[in-house]
Amino acid sequence: MNDPVVAKRPARPGDTGAERGVAAAPHASEAPIPPTPEAPVTTKAPHVRPGDRIFRGLATGSGVFIVVLIGAIGLFLILQAIPSLGLDNVNFLTSREWNTTDPTNLRFGILDLTLVTVVVALVALLIAMPIALGIALFLTQYAPRNLARPFAYVIDLLAAVPSIVFGLWGLFVLGPVLFPLSEWLIGNLGWIPIFAKGNVNVQLGGTIFTAGIVVAVMILPIITAVSREVFERTPTMHVEGAIALGATKWEVVRTTVLPFGKAGYVSASMLGLGRALGETIAVAIILSTATASFGWSLFDGGSTFASKIALAAPEFNDARSAGAYIAAGLVLFVLTFVVNAIARSIVAGHKEYE
Amino acid sequence: MSTNLADPQRLATPPTFQKVSTSRQIKNGLATALVWGAFLIAIIPLVWVLYTVIQRGFPVILDGDWWQKSMSGLLSKQQGGGAYHAIYGTLVQGLICALISVPIGIMTAIYLVEYGGRSKLAKATTFMVDILTGVPSIVAALFVYTVWITTFGLSRSALAVSLALVLLMVPVIVRTTEEMLKIVPDELREASYALGIPKWKTIAKIVIPTALSGILTGIMLALARVMGETAPVLVLAAYAPFINYNLFDGPMASLPLMMVNERNNPTAAGFDRIWGAAITLVVLITLFNLLATVISRALAPKTK
Amino acid sequence: MKIQRHGAVLGLVAASALLLGACGSDNNAPTGGNNTASNAASVPVECGGKTKLNAEGSSAQKNAVDAFVQAYQAACPGVDLAYNPSGSGAGVKNFNAGQVDFGGSDSALKEGAETEAAAKRCQTNPAWNLPLVFGPVAVGYKVSGVDSLVLDAKTTAAIFSGTVKKWNDPAIKALNGSATLPDKDIAVIYRSDESGTTDNFQKYLKVAGGWTKGDGKQFKGGVGEGKEKSAGVAQAVGSIDGAITYVEWSFAQDNKLSVAKIDSGAGAVELTAESAGKAIDGAKIKGQGNDLVLDLDSIYGSKAAGSYPLLLATYEIVCSKGYDADTAKAVKAFLTVAATTGQAQLADAGYVPLPKAFQDKLLAAVKAIA
Repeated sequence: MNDPVVAKRPARPGDTGAERGVAAAPHASEAPIPPTPEAPVTTKAPHVRPGDRIFRGLATGSGVFIVVLIGAIGLFLILQAIPSLGLDNVNFLTSREWNTTDPTNLRFGILDLTLVTVVVALVALLIAMPIALGIALFLTQYAPRNLARPFAYVIDLLAAVPSIVFGLWGLFVLGPVLFPLSEWLIGNLGWIPIFAKGNVNVQLGGTIFTAGIVVAVMILPIITAVSREVFERTPTMHVEGAIALGATKWEVVRTTVLPFGKAGYVSASMLGLGRALGETIAVAIILSTATASFGWSLFDGGSTFASKIALAAPEFNDARSAGAYIAAGLVLFVLTFVVNAIARSIVAGHKEYE
Repeated sequence: MSTNLADPQRLATPPTFQKVSTSRQIKNGLATALVWGAFLIAIIPLVWVLYTVIQRGFPVILDGDWWQKSMSGLLSKQQGGGAYHAIYGTLVQGLICALISVPIGIMTAIYLVEYGGRSKLAKATTFMVDILTGVPSIVAALFVYTVWITTFGLSRSALAVSLALVLLMVPVIVRTTEEMLKIVPDELREASYALGIPKWKTIAKIVIPTALSGILTGIMLALARVMGETAPVLVLAAYAPFINYNLFDGPMASLPLMMVNERNNPTAAGFDRIWGAAITLVVLITLFNLLATVISRALAPKTK
Repeated sequence: MKIQRHGAVLGLVAASALLLGACGSDNNAPTGGNNTASNAASVPVECGGKTKLNAEGSSAQKNAVDAFVQAYQAACPGVDLAYNPSGSGAGVKNFNAGQVDFGGSDSALKEGAETEAAAKRCQTNPAWNLPLVFGPVAVGYKVSGVDSLVLDAKTTAAIFSGTVKKWNDPAIKALNGSATLPDKDIAVIYRSDESGTTDNFQKYLKVAGGWTKGDGKQFKGGVGEGKEKSAGVAQAVGSIDGAITYVEWSFAQDNKLSVAKIDSGAGAVELTAESAGKAIDGAKIKGQGNDLVLDLDSIYGSKAAGSYPLLLATYEIVCSKGYDADTAKAVKAFLTVAATTGQAQLADAGYVPLPKAFQDKLLAAVKAIA
């Protein structure tokens, strides 16, 4: 059993501020505040300093810039998509058909794309989120310091591996290894719809199952890295308080680290999800496209929004056909937003800490 | 569980060290096992991917030519040549992108955490950043193509690639920086204000340095992501097998694009180059990570 | 924060300077007396003009262009060409946008919007389609115990549209008299990305095999599963027993797939450089003057004995006039080399060298570029 008293307490940046109830003066000596001669201690109108105004202007300007920029992207997508949407001969939202070869007879619907995108991202997130939480906790709370550091590096390294490598790894290495497992799941649990025999050849491994696992591995470093940074900053006061109350290791984690880091962890997961939804080339390489439509099985093939666009983009030579794909990109925009909005409301609803 | 801790009666009882109840011990043990388990499970694919890359790519990068030569004038089946052109392109495109994205991203995060509060603009910015995280690189590339080339009539260049990469890099920086700034304790800010230090200076000298290691982690994640992107380079700069130092004109390769390019090459030489380029990219980003660690150590606030 | 950022930037600059300090080199010329240099002398090429050409388009001709570039460098020292294999659509788009000096496309410019945009790009001169690279498309398969397989267009169409589902289907048996075919499902693999290979394959089936599913760059057969790019389909067929696909010859060779012989009515024809060259010989040109647009029906529909009709022709799209002098000179030099000495390496890379008669037509067209 872990002895709760033996808490490693390396001094971390941020520790100093956690000591509440102490007068301001000691802080000044601890925090790196150089003497500030150019900040005159005046009593008149202290709130309008030129430095402040400039800094505030820059910060606000960046915010405005991003809003304008993404507004521009949105506008670009909408402008390109609208003419094609008008020419669409099937229902854009509910059709599973996708045929843009003849620009005068466009037939494209996003139902299948939406489902496959969401399922791949969900599989990835369901796998990656708990594991990332585990690793982040492990690296910050459980692992011996000399083990944590090298592994933190290994995980960061993984963030450096380009998507195409994950794609090739999934195709050449992971796919064949997963085949027996997939076959077993289909054979024994096939009566559950998500494990039913899909519309592609399991032996090739081009299934949502494989793609989901690969994408999970891809987003793992992102979620882990950000969560780790947040967990590391749990105020030592809180941790020590819990230990002083006789909490076990797990209780310390549950009552201090997790509430403190929850918002950061969810935010990190959303970054990961964003990547999972928008992941292009790895999914395009791994996932087989299928001629039959998506049937709710993990062993189906299909296309996600991003992979569909990427598979067609090299041959865009008609604005009407291209517009169909851009319309799909627009839906991805909306989808990302919806998911993020949900996550934000979850975080906002659970603000016990603070 | 929390009631155990919150119950003051319990703590007031005389025995200094009470035995930890079995159920708490079990829960603690279970949690420890789960955390270790998660770690071990995660290590498998992580090490596996890296092993694949190293095993297939390492022999390639041992060749001195790899670091000094381009692919100019080689047949697809011929062994040899190097990735210098692609390394140069990756570095230049990534760094220009970082130079633009890092200030914008950090300032936006500062705006959101320190200035924006609950204003409409702050909400709009958060909303936009959320959306931007899910923009596939190909869409960002097509957008920049439309603006830069179709509308402004400029030519394709590495600079255009960097601009598209900015769209992918900024949201990651904003999101991570925002989180890191949020967890800087307010006491630090208040202490600084109490000393009459202007807000901007408090942010620049207290808040940012405190959050620096986290911010750098975010920047490195973002940089790793953009340096591994293919679509923007394919659409906005095009592959060149030779070295092009010119940022503002002409095709320029990058490591991921070189890999995509060699996917058209069915021979063994093509596979070697794909894995060689992959490991080169990993090495480059590792170097950046090390550099970031050094910087963060050097600049972190001294706690003693 | 300023200081930190400066520090970071300085560090990054220092790191990159370290790496880039050791200057890179484009020189990959073999040090020994290797093959390409020797036949360079015999070509009457007028070198000069722009030293770095820029081209983009079909990935199907990428490996051929590599061979051309090597020959071009042997003939004209100090030159280079960047070919971005992003796809035919992108090639046409960027040619018309003036971003590249010539485009590479699996299909000729479409009359209308595409030709108009091209004419605009060429200062109101028409653009020409020059079919410079011919790559045979193999019907690659993997069935254990079946080393030799004969198919005709009609049966191929039936397989790729799902009406023939088993390897021992009577339709296949009829073509392969003595061979023992297993009672196995046919796993059809197609390209999941949009590609000229798919387009040409479907066009061939339409002309020769009564394919009714339609053509275009998306596969329309309604059966099987799609994998990304030639590398993906070839790898997929190589890894399951009973699979079949259509793929560029070089990918079939390098992935050790068996290649079906095609019977166009005059006996089974194996895919070789000769049989494919014979099909090109029989090709008719429907473009006017130097615009050498091929009448693909004449290749696909050919029933000539010993000719392999399933070919993918890749055009170089060039301006007939309207280049600046430097670019014109370099484009002409490159295309001249490509059509002559550049052909020597092609057979090795899975392409078909141009027959003499065709080569003359191309050279005449290249010469006429002003």
